[in-house]
Amino acid sequence: MAVILTASNLSKIFETESGEPIQAVYSVSLSVTENEFVCIVGPSGCGKSTLLRIISGLEKATSGRVVFRNQEIRKPVLAIGMVFQEYSLFPWLQVIDNVAAGPEFTGMKKKERLKIAEHYLSVVGMSDFSHAFPHELSGGMRQRVAIARAFANDPEILLMDEPFGSLDAHTRILLQKELLRMRETNRKTILFVTHSVDEAVYLGDRVIIMSARPARIRETLELDMAHPRSRANPEFGRLTDHILRELEEEVMGIHN
Amino acid sequence: MIVPVLLILIWIYAAWNIGNQVILPKVDSVVALLLHPTENLISMGSLSSNVAVSLVRVIMGYLLAAALGIPLGILMGYYGLAFRLMNTFLNLFRPIPPLAWVPLVMAWFGIASMATALGLETGRLYVYLNNLKFSMIFIIFIGGFYPILSSSIHGVMNVNRTLVDSARVLGASEYQVFRKVLIPAAMPSIINGLRIGLGISWMCLVSAEMLPGSISGVGYLITHAYTLASTDIVIAGMVSIGLVGAAMDRVFHYFEVRKYSWQRLAK
Repeated sequence: MAVILTASNLSKIFETESGEPIQAVYSVSLSVTENEFVCIVGPSGCGKSTLLRIISGLEKATSGRVVFRNQEIRKPVLAIGMVFQEYSLFPWLQVIDNVAAGPEFTGMKKKERLKIAEHYLSVVGMSDFSHAFPHELSGGMRQRVAIARAFANDPEILLMDEPFGSLDAHTRILLQKELLRMRETNRKTILFVTHSVDEAVYLGDRVIIMSARPARIRETLELDMAHPRSRANPEFGRLTDHILRELEEEVMGIHN
Repeated sequence: MIVPVLLILIWIYAAWNIGNQVILPKVDSVVALLLHPTENLISMGSLSSNVAVSLVRVIMGYLLAAALGIPLGILMGYYGLAFRLMNTFLNLFRPIPPLAWVPLVMAWFGIASMATALGLETGRLYVYLNNLKFSMIFIIFIGGFYPILSSSIHGVMNVNRTLVDSARVLGASEYQVFRKVLIPAAMPSIINGLRIGLGISWMCLVSAEMLPGSISGVGYLITHAYTLASTDIVIAGMVSIGLVGAAMDRVFHYFEVRKYSWQRLAK
């Protein structure tokens, strides 16, 4: 499998309002191969979202670089899509126009982009809600639309920043299953940030465990379990337990 | 409806009790003026023509305020540099009441009007354009400018950053971020500022029409009627200012509710 994205020695230092520097990411290197599903878990506030924003091109790294297919990422590119945790849909646009937003930005004709939007809305099972406004939808439905919108641009890599983080447990498991199903038919490389260990073990081909702030890579686990994975599988439990203990050590490390 | 009816009853009683048309005219004399707005009032033109002149002035000053306030506010709301550069400067002028500008404005523009600018000295067009004094338009502009500017700045500042980020990862150019995200997202706030700005512009009208060289407009009508001791015309003028202002506000409100219901519901 070919490596399509590499991040090398990424570091990010923010300045607070009072001018104090805060190191959010410290020398992170990782590479992602085609069609891989990589999950990044870490203590909350560790800087994993910042890492994802740097990879997307939304944020500039203080040092280090991101290369996607021999092209250095300095600003967002169409081949790298992103799904945010919440409040990312344009509240004044109907669902279908939200999904068609990407193709609209790139200058596609109205008829074509609506056709694409309809297609992806049916993929996420939201066809019946094309003409609803975001505020009329539940949290889970909004995330379905957000995923459809990211897919409508047909990116090679999808960055997902805790996309199911604000959903209830049941909806969350449902959407995890659907994401795996969509990935089967649409072949995407996915980089998925989450603070749920269960989610990471359920979804990932590889799980990267981050340290407490500043974010560094603590450990990388290759997961060999076949999909669909069962949470009742002893291996599932063993991995979850292992990762949880790693994270606990990280969190305790700060407090001691 | 109880409060206005009560007010009118008190007015009728007080007018009858005072019995002096100059202090408080009878209700029916004011109503008669309002019911025949096109009737020519001694040396002052009709009520409706004065209201029309005032409206044109307000619209001119107000459009100027909007044309400058909205783009400037959007830029200041989005670019920190523009905000830091302009905010302190603009805030120095904010507390100055529009009326306090009068002497300076008179020194600058005198009684120059649109007609002067176009070099007209006679004719029908001259009569119309001469009513549009620069000094008046400036006062009205100042009144409308700040509310429009502030609400545009805050509208843009309060746009959820995730919306901007989403647009950027979806491939939006800088121009598209403004056109397709910042402006629609800030629009409810901008509309609100436009609504407040129009109210204040309209309120500045009377002070603007008291300026030298003014020979028409509701503000002029009121002050001139006062010198002639025609209190009924004063009150009729005040009522028409209130009615026109309220009507303009209703139009905005209607638009706001129709077009921007998403904002109320998106909470």
